[in-house]
Amino acid sequence: MAGAAPRVGRWWLGSRRGFSRAGGGAGRLAAEGPVRGHKPESPASSFCPPACSCNDWIGPPDRHSNLRPIIFHIPKNESPLERKLREFRQETQIWNQQFWASQNMSFRKGKEEFISSRLKAKGLDMIDRTGQKVTLNAEEMADFYKDFLSKNFKKHMCYNREWYKRNFITTFLMGQVAFKRVWKKLGWKKMKVGN
Amino acid sequence: LIGLFVWNLQKRAVRQIPCKFMHCFGVANKRWITFQHLNFLKRMYVTQSSKDLSQQAKLKPDPVAHPVLEKKHLGQEKTVTCELRSVSPLHPPLSETSHRKDLATAVGAESKEKQWKEMKLQLDDLPGILARLSKIKLTALVVSTASAGFAMAPVPFDLTCFLLTSIGTGLASCAANSINQFFEVPFDSNMNRTKNRPLVRGQISPLLAVSFAATCAVPGIALLTLGVNPLTGALGAFNIFLYTCCYTPMKRMSIANTWVGAVVGAIPPIMGWTAATGSLDAGALLLGGILYSWQFPHFNALSWGLREDYSRGGYCMMSVTHPAMCRRVALRHCLALIGLSTVAPLLDVTTWNFPLVSLPINLYISYLGFRFYRDADRSSSRKLFFCSLWHLPMLLLLMLTCKKSLLESEDKSNHLRNHSHTVEMGLP
Repeated sequence: MAGAAPRVGRWWLGSRRGFSRAGGGAGRLAAEGPVRGHKPESPASSFCPPACSCNDWIGPPDRHSNLRPIIFHIPKNESPLERKLREFRQETQIWNQQFWASQNMSFRKGKEEFISSRLKAKGLDMIDRTGQKVTLNAEEMADFYKDFLSKNFKKHMCYNREWYKRNFITTFLMGQVAFKRVWKKLGWKKMKVGN
Repeated sequence: LIGLFVWNLQKRAVRQIPCKFMHCFGVANKRWITFQHLNFLKRMYVTQSSKDLSQQAKLKPDPVAHPVLEKKHLGQEKTVTCELRSVSPLHPPLSETSHRKDLATAVGAESKEKQWKEMKLQLDDLPGILARLSKIKLTALVVSTASAGFAMAPVPFDLTCFLLTSIGTGLASCAANSINQFFEVPFDSNMNRTKNRPLVRGQISPLLAVSFAATCAVPGIALLTLGVNPLTGALGAFNIFLYTCCYTPMKRMSIANTWVGAVVGAIPPIMGWTAATGSLDAGALLLGGILYSWQFPHFNALSWGLREDYSRGGYCMMSVTHPAMCRRVALRHCLALIGLSTVAPLLDVTTWNFPLVSLPINLYISYLGFRFYRDADRSSSRKLFFCSLWHLPMLLLLMLTCKKSLLESEDKSNHLRNHSHTVEMGLP
């Protein structure tokens, strides 16, 4: 199973690029359409793992979602179960990215609108004399926090349910894959001993 | 009659010496543990809490603006009151045409590339990763409270039982904390306090985290059930369930999660007591009650500074949804601590010295609770939170020193028995 020469693995870059746009990238792509509401990715994050590595790679937290993107490695002899796991993880990653990016974006937008409306009511400017943006302290922001939480409650309930389901399925599939690998190894060991 | 009296004396003498020795050893042991745990707590919270309470969510700066900032994983977040760029995130920065900015982009790109890590489990790092996964410091605190419960039980100190209880409770706590982190990965990623956890950083796979939790839970509960007693084992298993399947999901559904969490914190000392005595006495419930009440000023004060992160992350906490109730409940439970300390001697758990010596610290935390209730600002919440950190170990220490001596209670019961016996003998 383990070759002498370093394997040139394929990398599913579509998953990572799925953070900003669909299409392009080596290997297979997710079945997702274009992701809206994100700016095109900067060249800074067009990372490609070294060819000799046969593990997944995890990156720094995304600017919008704070989630760390994973680049999944596609082994040469990927079994159907392994492929199912990888594709499910990719799909979950995109779904998670979309939710949190939009959530954080709407929070920031709502916060700015709230601050500007409060400042207007006070008769103050958004930018003070030193050229810095004026912000409100936590006590003044409390109304916004409460409002935002209650507005997004249903959205969070749906997300939670879906997230728990996906988390369980991913872990279950990982368990199955791990079990099958161990089983295979034991099977081959028996064959070797037999020979 | 004289023979009986002499026989009684001999019996008492024989029992006195080992019990006294065990009692002293037990008390000394507990004092040492509580002292260590006090220092340990101080170190833990002084380094962590300043991070918790001084951070504010801000827009993550572009690599162009601050290539170095991205590298910071730990360390305090500075409170910023100005935006680093005037461009809002919705509009892409199309105006980057200067050569200098391109160079900066290249530098930023390089540093970002370095931040990509291979998801390969390093065995050298595994102990550290598992320690963080199991929230080892919180586990140590939980084990300390269980030890305190064990020490407060009115029975001779049994070292083997004590060790089995501590290890079993520790393993159960590790399991519960690991499952909690397993459930909360995307939420932890979005909160500054928790974004460096092992599962968030991909240092360990979810499968391994769950396997680790199972490897801790099964021996832990088995140890408690078979090595200590079934009641303690049942409480341990129930606490794991309560924390992972009730408290963790409830954090995002209802503010009632705080009360459930307080019960989770109250169970370990009860487990310690039941491990020693084998039964759920009033004393156990009193200790649990003290820990239960303590959770409120502690957590409500902490959550006051995290309102922004909770709101953005979708956590239902009193500090966000019902701020007045948050402060009221904290104050109420500070006062409850005074009441519970007074009940302790009534249940023969401690002497009457305990309500007296604990009054100063209980009054002080109640005063800070009142200030928090009245002022409702960051400064009063911080004061209350930091006070709660030393208040609990101090209270438990005082409790241990004022513990009703085994000899005193035995003497009392013996004296009563003697008296009734002589009365019986005196009857024709």
